[in-house]
Amino acid sequence: MTQHNGHTGQERIGVYVCHCGSNIAGTIDVEAVALWAAEHLNHRGVVIARDYKFMCSSLGQELIEKDIKELGLTRVVVAACSPHLHEQTFRVACHRAGLNPYLCELVSIREQASWVHTDKKAATEKAKAIISGGVERVAWHAPLEPLHVPIHPATLVVGGGIAGIQAALEIADAGFPVYLVEREPSIGGHMAQFDKTFPTMDCAACILTPRMVSVGTHPNITLLTWSEVSDVQGYVGNFTVTIRKKARYIKEDLCTGCGICQEKCPKKVIDEVFEAGLGYRKAVYTPFPQAVPKYPVIDRENCTYFQKGTCRACEKLCPTEAIDFGQTDELLTVQVGNIILATGFDILDARRIGQYGYGRLANVFTSLEFERLSNAAGPTNGQIVLRDGVTHPQTVGIIHCAGSRDRNFNNYCSAICCMQSLKFAHLVRERTGATVYNFYIDIRTTAKAYDEFYQRVLDDGAILIRGRVAEVTDAARLPGEEGKLIIQVEDTLAGKQRRIPVDMVVLSVGLEPRHDAKEVAHRFGISCSSDGWIIEKHPKLDPVATMTEGVFVAGCAQGPKDIPSTVAQGAAAAARVLARIQQKEIALEPVRASVDENKCSGCRICNGLCPFNAIIFHEDRMVTEINPALCQGCGTCVAACPAGAISGTVFSNEQVLAQIEGLLLDVARRAIAPEPAPV
Amino acid sequence: MNKYLFYPGCSLQRTARPYLDSLLAIRDMIGMELEEIEDWNCCGATEYVAVHHVAAYALVGRNLALAARQVNGTHTVMAACSACYLNLAKTDSYMRQDTHLAQQVNTALDAGGLHYTPGTVKVRHLLDIIVNDLGIEAVRAKVTRPLKGLRVAPYYGCMIARPDRDNRWDNVEHPLALDRLVKALGAEVIDFPMKTHCCGGHMTQINQASAYELIRRLIHGAAEYHADIMVTLCPMCQLNLDAYQAEMNRYFHTDYNVPIIYFTQLMGLAFGLEAEALGLGKEFVDPRPALSRIGIELPAAEPETVTVGEQPRRKKKDSGLPMPRMPGSEEVDE
Repeated sequence: MTQHNGHTGQERIGVYVCHCGSNIAGTIDVEAVALWAAEHLNHRGVVIARDYKFMCSSLGQELIEKDIKELGLTRVVVAACSPHLHEQTFRVACHRAGLNPYLCELVSIREQASWVHTDKKAATEKAKAIISGGVERVAWHAPLEPLHVPIHPATLVVGGGIAGIQAALEIADAGFPVYLVEREPSIGGHMAQFDKTFPTMDCAACILTPRMVSVGTHPNITLLTWSEVSDVQGYVGNFTVTIRKKARYIKEDLCTGCGICQEKCPKKVIDEVFEAGLGYRKAVYTPFPQAVPKYPVIDRENCTYFQKGTCRACEKLCPTEAIDFGQTDELLTVQVGNIILATGFDILDARRIGQYGYGRLANVFTSLEFERLSNAAGPTNGQIVLRDGVTHPQTVGIIHCAGSRDRNFNNYCSAICCMQSLKFAHLVRERTGATVYNFYIDIRTTAKAYDEFYQRVLDDGAILIRGRVAEVTDAARLPGEEGKLIIQVEDTLAGKQRRIPVDMVVLSVGLEPRHDAKEVAHRFGISCSSDGWIIEKHPKLDPVATMTEGVFVAGCAQGPKDIPSTVAQGAAAAARVLARIQQKEIALEPVRASVDENKCSGCRICNGLCPFNAIIFHEDRMVTEINPALCQGCGTCVAACPAGAISGTVFSNEQVLAQIEGLLLDVARRAIAPEPAPV
Repeated sequence: MNKYLFYPGCSLQRTARPYLDSLLAIRDMIGMELEEIEDWNCCGATEYVAVHHVAAYALVGRNLALAARQVNGTHTVMAACSACYLNLAKTDSYMRQDTHLAQQVNTALDAGGLHYTPGTVKVRHLLDIIVNDLGIEAVRAKVTRPLKGLRVAPYYGCMIARPDRDNRWDNVEHPLALDRLVKALGAEVIDFPMKTHCCGGHMTQINQASAYELIRRLIHGAAEYHADIMVTLCPMCQLNLDAYQAEMNRYFHTDYNVPIIYFTQLMGLAFGLEAEALGLGKEFVDPRPALSRIGIELPAAEPETVTVGEQPRRKKKDSGLPMPRMPGSEEVDE
């Protein structure tokens, strides 16, 4: 048969089969595969086929480069690992040798053959089919050039917790503008609610507030609190973001933050956010004294004037006439090049764990409530007391893993609860001298100086009991239990059931994704895991990027983590953004879908499917268009188009059909020469 | 009208007759049509499975096979007794998972010309059907005599909430279905901490000291919360807590006095039905004083003064910290 393949039918193809040590060679006879390709795929344009120990090594790459130059290869097929790993490596190698990088195809015979099979013979045959598919496909490849787009120097940071604060400061300090958007009236996030931080027991406010002040005064940071991102359009380098600035009913240019309005406001409400439901605030309020910015907000839902039409006490008493009941929500539109999501976490609703009695039994507290209780600026001025507000507990039980590592709630470990619970134990011992019991499944104190802290808490005299608590009840059974909360637990070290009467129970509740995490992810064109945490581009090697170019993630939005890791991620995301900004423009993979307008019927089936919001519909012409800078080449629309009007570079119909034909090689062979039927 | 295949079980024929009477009295009012499984036999209660596995499952399997034969418009089997419900549900589920067991049971059934394909019928408890099928609202709509002021301890027992094979309950550790139902009747529900603890089962026959201790815990728990009355949904629980309460008091030198009635009886009272129709008046611990306190006079009532503490458990002092808001707490307030 004559050489005939692809567009031209005259391609010269090189095939390179990798041993990957024993990863591939242990299951697949790679030498036989290479020999077979040289011989049997010769008529399909293969002019050379080699095997090599590590194709990705410099020597392996040089082998390919040399062949391209000496043998005049026009296409390259590498049979090795998944394209996720080394596609870039081999494309760059081809580029060095003067071949357009998109004329190289990496087919996986490791993840898709050697790692998933034990039968060597069958795996070897499968590798041949996979390579045959690659050879057929690569012949249809066309040389492509990457898209260059400019990067707008401004950055949007969503979420003003410690992750967002860190990221914003890093970028602003480097001299680039930042918009920091925060939903609550002040930045600070959960960290601002805490009393002490483990393991060094620094005061959370002491280390956080200086940074908050820096954010508030930084010339490069535009701080937008009491605001939410309502819409995101555009693509990496050129996002257009709409921000809803909720009406504060306070004129920021006139307000001095004197606090008279808060003092005089007659309406007191339970503060469910900052005080975790344990304290009160007024209808006009700043969540805490060190709030940044200093301007209060008026909570419309609870304001007597807004609800009943009379009051206006704050307006009458404000010395600078800064109250403005006529304000309305404002929509701001800003241009940014990159986005960092640092939207944080919610805590698990402890009411869901019925057997632990939160919400029913007065003296069961959540970890966040305990933080406020032990905080000198909290509702009890740092007094650790029972729900009656006066009694100091004699015994405290702290339950780790409440709702974490539990198939009824969350399977995952919330990462911070062990250290948090130990911190509470330390605080109780230090401040009240009460007897403390910690109930744990495992103690996980793996970061720097954490285990030392654990030892210190043991030395403090905290009693640690290994076992998951079955129940917290007020049903006394034995002498000494009357009027107490009884913790029923199997002590798995002593091997027996115990009932431990205590005055106060603290539930170290797990961290959960924000209740609206899925919505937010959709708005920014990224995705969440089934648990609801934002998915990073690579769990190990790219933990702050997302699958959408130009959108980064930092802090607990990506998964539960402690303050040091959160700060590290905030800084890492900022570094990634800064690198982008410095490049001034970015080269985008030309792996894109495009619409043939002549074939498009305007059915709009594809419109809602695009996970990256890259599809635009032109009402006037009734045709769909794909924004090439936004398209990530996922192929969803290509598969969905009933008219076959959408095609993707690097996954065109010709390429995919040719690959299938190649894969079905032995089926074709059998069809030509059918095996004799069994007698 | 929702139709169900009804498995009454032995208890409802004798010791728990009031449970059956009250169920039959309210069934039309809540839109429940019952078709009794013909020729049903004992479910083996809690003991037989310890004697012989296959025989025990075959005993229950026969009832399932009979029910399957009667499938006509409905394939849901309803049991009011918790032990019957557990045995029927467990046998069906085990036969589904274990084909060997299914085969053994069917070999036994074959002798009587019967066969049961696991999964043919769905086994559900009466409370589950009332709350999740017919609905709390349907119940609320029938209330003509709200039980205002009656403090009720909702007692589920240990057999219906878990294991929760088909995700029927809101929370297996601390279920709320009965709490919501009793609230809908206008009564005040106490946060009964012992709601799923064991009543002792047949320990009254085997080891009385253990049984009395378990009974004491439950009665004490209800008394601590100043419950006027405890409602149950299981004949075994009612029998143990009611018939053995006096013995338990003698054993521990206590004087608890908590009447125990079936939740269906309480529903009937709220629906305005007569005591006799609901089988009331057969209890060992007299419920009349408690009911007369809210103005429900049962025949031959001898008004007796009972001291019921009035202090609410969660009194909030001014210095107190706010309690977390609970979903559905508005319902209590109304």
